[in-house]
Amino acid sequence: MNRLLPFEWIAATRFLREGAVQTLLIITGVGVGVGVVVFMSALLTGLQASFLQRMFSSQAQIVLRPPDEVARPLRRESDGFVVLATVLKPEQRLRSIDQWQKVRDLTKDIGGIITVSPMASGAGFAVRGEASKSISLMGIEPAQFFKIVDIPGKIVAGTVRLNAGDIVIGTELAQDLGVAVNDKLRVTTATGASQTLTITGIFDLGNRGSNERNTYVALRTAQTMLDLTGGVTSIDVTVKDVYAAEEIAQEITAATGVEADSWIKTNADFFSFIGSQNMSNAAIRIFVSLSVAFGIASVLVVSVVQRSREIGILRAMGASRGQILRVFLLQGAVVGFLGSLFGSALGWGILAVWRSYAKHADGTALFDVTMEPRLLAMAAVLATLTGLAAAILPAMRAARLEPVVAIRG
Amino acid sequence: MADPILELIGVRKSYNQGTPVETEVLHGIDLAMAPGEFCALIGPSGSGKSTLLNIIGLLDRPTGGKLLIGERDTAALDDAGLTALRGETIGFVFQNHHLITAFTALENVMMPILVGRGFPNGEMAQRADRLLEQVGLAAWRNAKVNNLSGGQQQRVAIARALARQPAIVLADEPTGNLDTKAAESVFELMREINRREGTSFLIVTHNLSLADRCDRTIEVVDGKILSDRKAAA
Repeated sequence: MNRLLPFEWIAATRFLREGAVQTLLIITGVGVGVGVVVFMSALLTGLQASFLQRMFSSQAQIVLRPPDEVARPLRRESDGFVVLATVLKPEQRLRSIDQWQKVRDLTKDIGGIITVSPMASGAGFAVRGEASKSISLMGIEPAQFFKIVDIPGKIVAGTVRLNAGDIVIGTELAQDLGVAVNDKLRVTTATGASQTLTITGIFDLGNRGSNERNTYVALRTAQTMLDLTGGVTSIDVTVKDVYAAEEIAQEITAATGVEADSWIKTNADFFSFIGSQNMSNAAIRIFVSLSVAFGIASVLVVSVVQRSREIGILRAMGASRGQILRVFLLQGAVVGFLGSLFGSALGWGILAVWRSYAKHADGTALFDVTMEPRLLAMAAVLATLTGLAAAILPAMRAARLEPVVAIRG
Repeated sequence: MADPILELIGVRKSYNQGTPVETEVLHGIDLAMAPGEFCALIGPSGSGKSTLLNIIGLLDRPTGGKLLIGERDTAALDDAGLTALRGETIGFVFQNHHLITAFTALENVMMPILVGRGFPNGEMAQRADRLLEQVGLAAWRNAKVNNLSGGQQQRVAIARALARQPAIVLADEPTGNLDTKAAESVFELMREINRREGTSFLIVTHNLSLADRCDRTIEVVDGKILSDRKAAA
């Protein structure tokens, strides 16, 4: 007997070892439950991370925009008067965020923000010979913007040099217009401004629409062509915790007075999809935990009945009710913990098998799924606590046994 | 007589108290045991011997009367107090040895000290070793108790009962399940321990020839003490 271990621990482990078949069966049962939960959680975390990563590799989490223009009637109705006025919703022309430099600086000071990138964008046409394509002309500050959308990493030809007179376009547009790097492209905007730009790079964002429409120029070039001298039409913001985007957006609005839309608001469907996914995962966890708990409890109830005589003897020898209680609580906890180890290994195994099947045609993984140590630690803690909780009733039953009755059996 | 190690004054025990089927099985037992006494408790089945033994062993509470253990009134003790007192002063030997099969012979003998102290130590292993030697089972110290014969198991049980140097050992038909030869050697072992260590024994038995060899024979019939004889010195 190890001198560092108390009576309760020694008795609990000996009892479990003596009923080895029973113990192994229930540990397997716990393990299967834990394995499923671990696998599901890892898969879901990986899936969501991959979705978010894909989503945010081409868009910011918060976008600041100028407020909509509204028409205000000159006269308001007062008591006893009716003002006949038809208020038309005004057309929304392209305009700049007021004092955007100040807004940008204020935004930068808010906690949890990584990048703030101003942009001047508007509609235009790319014209080459007889062909013309409608495009979205985006003027950016490369140093900031590339932290949000990794254009340099998606370049398939040329470089991302963006001096005045340079433009970077998508593969689809390049194909439609039959242009290559270093070719000239005439771009006309809705304001009528027109300029011939040099194609310095061609990118592939992995999305046909973006490759067809998105074009990037220097901020100053766009400002000139869109008649927005010194102005920007939006400010893109990325944050550390993507799920806190909405709160930060509200903070930005409060601090700057500029309308800030978070991805949570603009992608409400996607966000509620993630929410319901998390909820169904939680439901699965709860039901698996319940079935694990009932499994452990039923095995321990049987064990208490089987050992009632031994419990009586221990009580006769001077073991307290508390000691007996702890012997059985510990058995529950140990079964839960060992089950979680087995379950983690099982979950990891299922994941390895899953990885070898879920692949793109080119052999790369569908998405990155990793087993985080935190997930395994959490599974171990939860399973141990579940085992402990499941053992409460059987343990109380054991502790309540009257030694006389127990010994008689 | 020296101060008694235990004393029962008008002890009564009823089952189903307060219900129409209330039955009293002990009707006012007065009994005192001196240190070092070697007593037999005899009587027909259902006479209340086992109930009496359970009450003396603090496994059950009387419903009337008083039980003093070393001059301490046990009525005042709560469950934890009774458990502690039981562990310190009383050793048990049961008819079916009741060893714990998950442990070895040595560990079974250590068990009363272990539950009392909470953590194992070398001292208790040494004491258990000495006790096993005394009962002639030193060679079986690491044996699983299921692999021992009935007589050997009962010897381990006796060693276990002695682990905490109790004032008294209560034995409920300790030889009941043994053949004559084994029964004889187990009885002799208890007698020898009683002589050498001065430990008191109260032995419930159906074997009258064994009872005759005790210092004192108490006969219980229908919940009363019918006779209480001391053997001629």
